Amino acid sequence: MAKDIADTAEQNNKLIEEVLAAYPAKTAKKRARHLNVAGAVEEGETEILSKCDTVKSNIKSIPGVMTIRGCSYAGSKGVVWGPIKDMVHISHGPVGCGQYSWSQRRNYYTGATGIDSFVTMQVTTDFQENDIIFGGDKKLEKSIDELNTLFPLLNGISIQSECPIGLIGDDIEAVSRKKNKDIGKTIVPVRCEGFRGVSQSLGHHIANDTIRDWVLEAGEGARAGYEGTPYDVNVIGDYNIGGDAWSSRILLEEIGLNVIGNWSGDATLAEIERAPKAKLNLIHCYRSMNYICRHMEEKHGVAWMEYNFFGPSQIEASLRAIAAKFDATIQANAEAVIAKYKPLVDAVKAKYQARLEGKTVMLYVGGLRPRHVITAYEDLGMVIAGTGYEFGHGDDYKRTGEYVKEGTLIYDDVTGYELEKFIETIRPDLVGSGIKEKYPVQKMGIPFRQMHSWDYSGPYHGYDGFAIFARDMDLAINNPVWGLFDAPWKKSA
Amino acid sequence: MPQSADKVLDHADLFNEPEYKAMLDNKRATYENGHSAEKVAEIGEWTKSWDYREKNLARECVTINPAKACQPLGAVFAAAGYEATMSFVHGSQGCVAYYRSHLARHFKEPASAVSSSMTEDAAVFGGLNNMIEGLQNTHTLYSPKMIAVSTTCMAEVIGDDLNSFILKAREKESVPADFPVPFAHTPAFVGSHVDGYDNMQKGILTPFWKDVARVADDSINIIPGFDGFAVGNIRELKRVLALMDVKATILSDVSDVYDTPSDGEFRMYSGGTTQDEIKGALNAKATISMQEYCSRKTLAFCAEHGQDTAAFHYPMGVSGTDEFLMKLSELTGKEIPESLRLERGRLVDAMADSQSYLHGKTYAIFGDPDFVYSMARFVMETGGEPIHCLATNGGKDWEEKMQALLASSPFGANCKVWPGKDLWAMRSLMATEPVDMLIGSSYGKYLQRDTGTPLIRLSFPIFDRHHHHRSPTWGYQGAINVLVKLLDTIFDKLDGAATGAGEGDISFDLTR
Repeated sequence: MAKDIADTAEQNNKLIEEVLAAYPAKTAKKRARHLNVAGAVEEGETEILSKCDTVKSNIKSIPGVMTIRGCSYAGSKGVVWGPIKDMVHISHGPVGCGQYSWSQRRNYYTGATGIDSFVTMQVTTDFQENDIIFGGDKKLEKSIDELNTLFPLLNGISIQSECPIGLIGDDIEAVSRKKNKDIGKTIVPVRCEGFRGVSQSLGHHIANDTIRDWVLEAGEGARAGYEGTPYDVNVIGDYNIGGDAWSSRILLEEIGLNVIGNWSGDATLAEIERAPKAKLNLIHCYRSMNYICRHMEEKHGVAWMEYNFFGPSQIEASLRAIAAKFDATIQANAEAVIAKYKPLVDAVKAKYQARLEGKTVMLYVGGLRPRHVITAYEDLGMVIAGTGYEFGHGDDYKRTGEYVKEGTLIYDDVTGYELEKFIETIRPDLVGSGIKEKYPVQKMGIPFRQMHSWDYSGPYHGYDGFAIFARDMDLAINNPVWGLFDAPWKKSA
Repeated sequence: MPQSADKVLDHADLFNEPEYKAMLDNKRATYENGHSAEKVAEIGEWTKSWDYREKNLARECVTINPAKACQPLGAVFAAAGYEATMSFVHGSQGCVAYYRSHLARHFKEPASAVSSSMTEDAAVFGGLNNMIEGLQNTHTLYSPKMIAVSTTCMAEVIGDDLNSFILKAREKESVPADFPVPFAHTPAFVGSHVDGYDNMQKGILTPFWKDVARVADDSINIIPGFDGFAVGNIRELKRVLALMDVKATILSDVSDVYDTPSDGEFRMYSGGTTQDEIKGALNAKATISMQEYCSRKTLAFCAEHGQDTAAFHYPMGVSGTDEFLMKLSELTGKEIPESLRLERGRLVDAMADSQSYLHGKTYAIFGDPDFVYSMARFVMETGGEPIHCLATNGGKDWEEKMQALLASSPFGANCKVWPGKDLWAMRSLMATEPVDMLIGSSYGKYLQRDTGTPLIRLSFPIFDRHHHHRSPTWGYQGAINVLVKLLDTIFDKLDGAATGAGEGDISFDLTR
């Protein structure tokens, strides 16, 4: 083992020890299993750079420690279902969940909001005490009727359960079946109550299962009569944050593929229904949508593959890997597209790399980006000092080993305390995480970018997105404000 | 290829480039199976009709774009205003992630709170163990001086009893015996964030005032209420109190919490009302609430303890501020100083200078009940006419007060009051009875887009503009800030309408 790797690993192990010392003994023991340093790979192992799946993941957060995680509802309504634009998604229960998540995930879409598209609307049954006592099924039924009257162009409705629904014994499945008959439109009951599971992750899974049961297997829908082509693909797990799916789609179309469905950013219900007709499912966010890919493979014979459109190295490798699933024409197109964008990539690197070379980054994001964005940083000469997932599973940590070097600090379901201490000690040049982490980090004088919402920028996917990504990392790190923190009359100690 | 390293285009420009426009057109035409452009236009027009308005206002069950949040958000906000206090919200953890995000997005500041992270097993067996373990972790890890416990709807539905849970946690030594753990049940399915604020305020005062003999002094307590402009407003309030020479305790002072400096240190706790101040507040002569609907239970609690009480509706504008100052003077026996009379005069001077532009302008106003009340009142003082006044979390009592206010001025004659209605209802109101300006929160920007009415952001939350909350809207000086925002919007509208070289721009005036 090289000395610098050994030194980093030793420092990080020491840091973990220090952080754990602050906890009550029982909690320290539990948290210890979630913190580690990327380990050495076994001899002969060539798939991965380091071993990261030594941390425990996807288990309950500890009470009172300030977990950064959200809930199942956030995973279903906020991530999987919410972006489907021609459906109304009812936040079923009290007002808060829908209010706090209203328009916050930046799933861009085209359409007339409130007329044929409904993504940036907050629709809720706004439960009152009587709904808790007497049940909310009747209110839900009537709500569906009211929505269908006011929004005649809606193509479907999903019911996103908030905590009380599963506790008071409502039968939203029965309501859905009844109203489906009444109004002749797709109605999907989703049991994504926030107390289910340990994070957003179970919400993704539940949402995938309801797509399977209440859309794909409930009828043909837009599949009926669709004449496919040999080049039909779906993009799965791209939520079009800041337009990510569009700056990806443009590349896939350029190499000659037809994206017949985009799940679920800027999607219509028809794109969901038609999906099993595709030849190949391309999955970007593995964590949130691998379930439905497995289903489509088993039931409809649609193959699937993971890809990565963050940063030119990964884009290039992904375009080639995708093209390899098709014929020589597509493969030649892929090479042409890579060549076409080469001058842009070179110009972006030439402009930004000198300003970013060697800068260190710590990441803490959801279920995909803690690994997927790493190469994009490295394409700019930046170095990853630590990474971790809010709701990753073992298979995500295993895949993380494909990206991070031995000795990197790994933290699962990190607590506010741990993250603050890690950042304070390592003092990276940039932190990429969420809105709750942004301001504490910036107060410490460390540049920050939100890596869920792209900090209101984007897209970051694709070649067009890489230019924006590079610009944003540069403007975060090299803004003059970071040099103004100390009052000049205050002598440094 | 639209993108270049020289001039990087992000989403604001990139998707207007022809390559992307063609791609999106093709997606719509080939894969989306959407409705025809004619149909979309037809329904779009219909949604602006009186027919649609009737159907929209007749809704009984579904709520669309409400302007309110749930109780625990208010509880977390209230608790944040006490020194080194950590909010501990008992129930599902996702809720806490939401409150923290919501407050951080508005104030552009850290917002700390913890959850007891209850899951399925806690739903079955109750969350006692989560409370015991959670309080210990919070106390050890974040070294608060107080932990304020509230509840998510999950804990409320399964009936967890905070009082007994906290007692048991104390028995298990989760926190030291004398460590303050005030609590409030804050069911999300009752009331809104303003009620959560009220419940937590009362919850925090209760243990400190319990079984203590009150020795009345001449100080005053002030409850600011849930307020997106709290940073600017509480500081302005303190300035005015100092001018009046009034000894006052702000009960929940978030002004330093949501406005910490950038100097290299992250302050999880900053400023806030101290526990000594909470204890001392029992002896106050009176408690004044700046927002009645945020403090009805707390004021009743103060009255039970022998204090005088008075409540205002977010005192803003001339007479709103006059009333507040006169009440303060009456309660304390302190005279209103000449300096404040001069400030008042400057506000009136500004209004007089600009009255020709303000007179007769029409407004739609939405927000929390107290805010809408004072905003309508101030608008009428400028010669403006409120037309639609809406509070999703306003009730019958609020409606009556609004009616009385509007009846007090000829400028209120054309206004209707809409308690319990949402912003999709407001869309119909504004489409059928248009107004010159809309006043509310960032959520109003969708109404601006759909009706072409400019939005003035004066209530919580403001996500899409920065730092407004740092400037006050209360008092005579705050009113000048509000006035300038109204006027800027009016003048921008005039300039915006005077476009087109040649005939269109004749009124593009240099001096107004």
